[in-house]
Amino acid sequence: MAIIERPSAPATVPAIPSASLGALKRPVSTQHGWRSWLFTVDHKRLGLMYGATALFFFVVGGLEAVLIRLQLALPDGRVLNADLYNQMFTMHATTMVFLFVMPMVSAFANYFIPLQVGARDVAFPRINAFGFWAFLFGGIFLNLAWFLGGAADGGWFMYAPNSGPVFSPSHGVDFWALGLQITGIASLTGAVNLIVTVLNMRAPGMSLMKMPIFTWMATVVQFLLLFAMPVITVALFLLMFQRNFGATFFDVGAGADPLLWQHLFWIFGHPEVYILILPSFGIISEVLPVFARKPLFGYPFVVFSGAAIGFVGWGVWAHHMFASGLGPVSVAVFSVATMAIAVPTGVKVVNWTMTLWGGKLWFTVAMKFAIALIVLFTIGGLSGVTHAVAPSDTQQTDTYYIVAHFHYVLFGGAIFGIFSGMYYWWPKMFGKMLSERIGNWNFWLMAIGMNLTFGPMHILGLQGQPRRMYIWTEARAGEGFFNLAFWNLVASIGSIILAVGVLFFFVNVLVTARKGKQAPLDPWDARSLEWMTSNPPKEHNFDSIPTVGHLDEFFHRKYAEDHQSGEIRKVKEAEEVLAELERNKDAHIHMPSPSYWPIVLALGLPVIAFGLIYSIPVALVGGVIVVLGCFGWAIEPSTARDDEVDPPSAASAEVVRHG
Amino acid sequence: MNEQHAHEEHGMSNAGYVRIALILAAITALEVSTYYVDFGPLFMPALMVMMVVKFVTVVSYFMHLKFDRRLFSVMFYAGLFLAIFVYAAALSTFKFFIA
Amino acid sequence: MAEAAQEHGAQHGSTGISNIKLGMWLFLGSECLLFGGLISTYMLYRGRVGEGPTPMQIFDIPFTSVSSFVLLMSSLTMVLAVSAAAKRDDRSAVLWLTVTALLGATFVGGQVYEFTAFYNEGLGFSTSLFSSSFYVLTGFHGVHVTVGIIMLLALVAMIRRNRIPGSKSETVEMIGLYWHFVDIVWIVIFTLIYLIPV
Repeated sequence: MAIIERPSAPATVPAIPSASLGALKRPVSTQHGWRSWLFTVDHKRLGLMYGATALFFFVVGGLEAVLIRLQLALPDGRVLNADLYNQMFTMHATTMVFLFVMPMVSAFANYFIPLQVGARDVAFPRINAFGFWAFLFGGIFLNLAWFLGGAADGGWFMYAPNSGPVFSPSHGVDFWALGLQITGIASLTGAVNLIVTVLNMRAPGMSLMKMPIFTWMATVVQFLLLFAMPVITVALFLLMFQRNFGATFFDVGAGADPLLWQHLFWIFGHPEVYILILPSFGIISEVLPVFARKPLFGYPFVVFSGAAIGFVGWGVWAHHMFASGLGPVSVAVFSVATMAIAVPTGVKVVNWTMTLWGGKLWFTVAMKFAIALIVLFTIGGLSGVTHAVAPSDTQQTDTYYIVAHFHYVLFGGAIFGIFSGMYYWWPKMFGKMLSERIGNWNFWLMAIGMNLTFGPMHILGLQGQPRRMYIWTEARAGEGFFNLAFWNLVASIGSIILAVGVLFFFVNVLVTARKGKQAPLDPWDARSLEWMTSNPPKEHNFDSIPTVGHLDEFFHRKYAEDHQSGEIRKVKEAEEVLAELERNKDAHIHMPSPSYWPIVLALGLPVIAFGLIYSIPVALVGGVIVVLGCFGWAIEPSTARDDEVDPPSAASAEVVRHG
Repeated sequence: MNEQHAHEEHGMSNAGYVRIALILAAITALEVSTYYVDFGPLFMPALMVMMVVKFVTVVSYFMHLKFDRRLFSVMFYAGLFLAIFVYAAALSTFKFFIA
Repeated sequence: MAEAAQEHGAQHGSTGISNIKLGMWLFLGSECLLFGGLISTYMLYRGRVGEGPTPMQIFDIPFTSVSSFVLLMSSLTMVLAVSAAAKRDDRSAVLWLTVTALLGATFVGGQVYEFTAFYNEGLGFSTSLFSSSFYVLTGFHGVHVTVGIIMLLALVAMIRRNRIPGSKSETVEMIGLYWHFVDIVWIVIFTLIYLIPV
């Protein structure tokens, strides 16, 4: 897509893609077919691909969780042996954190940040595409270990020396480490991309404090990613050198300190959990005002508390290490810092509650998920505060009480926020609304299932059941009816209900795709800029870039205050607002062109990784692919030159390719 | 054209850059001299100061940060200070700074 | 047409800031965390020499000082290249970029020589915690320098063939930022690792 102006040339002129390296010519822009997805640089398509892939891994991780719960439903479980159980909980967590929530965040961020700031795409569209493919290939690579000798089995935080060659002899940990390096590159490049987009490509008039709140939270997250990813990169390299090149970084016998791994991992790991939750905070900060028919209460407080969480989050990591022998001074310092970080989160909860207070509440499924987040995250946050108290954490750590805490904040928090976002933004992305009827089944089953699964884990933990144990026996289950046996069974039944609830979501997606009615332009009477586009948005997003005068710009274009009565009344419908943008449509719209190089470059990475595990020549081949990919990319302009002839109506004309 | 004008406004002349490079070379020589000459209790402070001066000089002048938008300084120094804070804290738990 | 395309190619945002320049500064900020981690690992383990040589036994300060000087001078030539590119003086830019690459290659060559000498004196990769952390830290730095050299040479070729898609001076400046960063990391490494006795 070179220029969206209608040339007077006849449509019979064939398209000639320009030569890039001679060997690979530029893909010609198409709107349909597999090529339009494989070589796209459009942030919306990439966002959709991130989302679809993330949901796939959600199911994978969920099945891994169900297997764990089946094993623990009854005493002397025989579903999984100890070795397989270790792989299962390691991969469940790794998949959920790195292959579901993080890419889901990328999905929303990629799709909506440019729309919310009034841009046509991100700052570096090809890097964006590269990031997606790197994530996909990295995620697949990670999971190949299942079929190649066993998956990683050292727990998702992979403590040394357990992770070393002695206790984890299969290649599982190598696949894990290299897979995460690959997906890590995607995260880092994505972070640079989105930060530059937000800082540099906002619509005229959109100061930072007029930016939609989701974009704010997502931007804080990108900064966290930018600075946290290198730390785990170091840790993973040290681990790989130990496992494959004889280094002894975490080998106590050689004089090493295993705490080095723990520090490096958790310096990354703690900002990581804020990376997981802040976007969902941003999503519900968008959803609650829309369905309460009130602006977000205390927008500046929500912004600054988000930034504060991002900031203070760097000073608390050793609260994951209270029982590791740090010593009283370190423990005390990190304990206090951890208590401090509850404050900005509390500020947010107050702001959300005050947003709801006095509003005309509309309980759509999106709204239900958002309100549930407030409740469930608060529960998880309260158990978190009890962990901050180091002496009590000494009892709680490595028990099911911790498992309960992080599932409440991650499932009740991050995941419920994601579902809220999906229901809220579905009409924008797909032009149809997910069924509210099926959605209610989805929501209630998930809510009930989630609480049945993770609620009892508080009790299990305080009664002494350690985490990561693959089996429990009747003899250790305690006395009385409501003993560990009872609560384990309840939790397992809860997990099945939860799984069914999730299934209803996919049913909803399918039913909507088949039978859903076209959604109106502005189904929720929304407030922010991304809604000032068609459903789904055109490839170039906005016909003319709007000039922004307010926070909640879209709302202010539809509603005005009556000077006499002070009442706020609707003065324009969404269709009129959009028509205005179309009338002033920009004459020249330059969009970045599709490209082969992102996927080619991304393909080189798992080849290198394979080579590092099995055969160095293979790694070198991968390296060559990467280097050639870089060269091809570097000399290719981001927008195809003007001398590329493109048929004027991009919609249906199939393009003839030469060469 | 705008860009070129701006660059000349903020940039130094080539002679200026060479001057800075000579100063950096001199400081390096001084640093190396600590290997041969006994600085006594001044050893660590002197070395640290020289290292920081060289670092900041290259960043401010060669990398142009002093004359560029403040945003760049904020981004870079945020990463730098975060790294120093986080790793110093971690090393502290290993009692690294206790003699 | 090419001129206009170059100016047009310079991606500047609403703030008037170059996208790639901002992107590079962000990346360099994140690299501080990377090298900080490697330096910290070294600092933790530098005294754990096992049966192998100690830092004081193995380091050749005069040699490394010359290497450091070479890298420092390459920063000067880099900034001269950036200056030339800003003045649209392609020939000088190409010259200075080539000299920078050569100086960088000299540095890397010096590293290779140094490591080979250390190896022959009994400091292998897995000899001790000191050796592993030393080689990983300086190795990572060396790889960064090498990538920089490749980028410099690629830049030379692209300038000469007029194949730079965006703004030429901005691209040179962006690569320059990377190169200077690699230099300032070495300023820190040279002081903390080589000059401070364990």
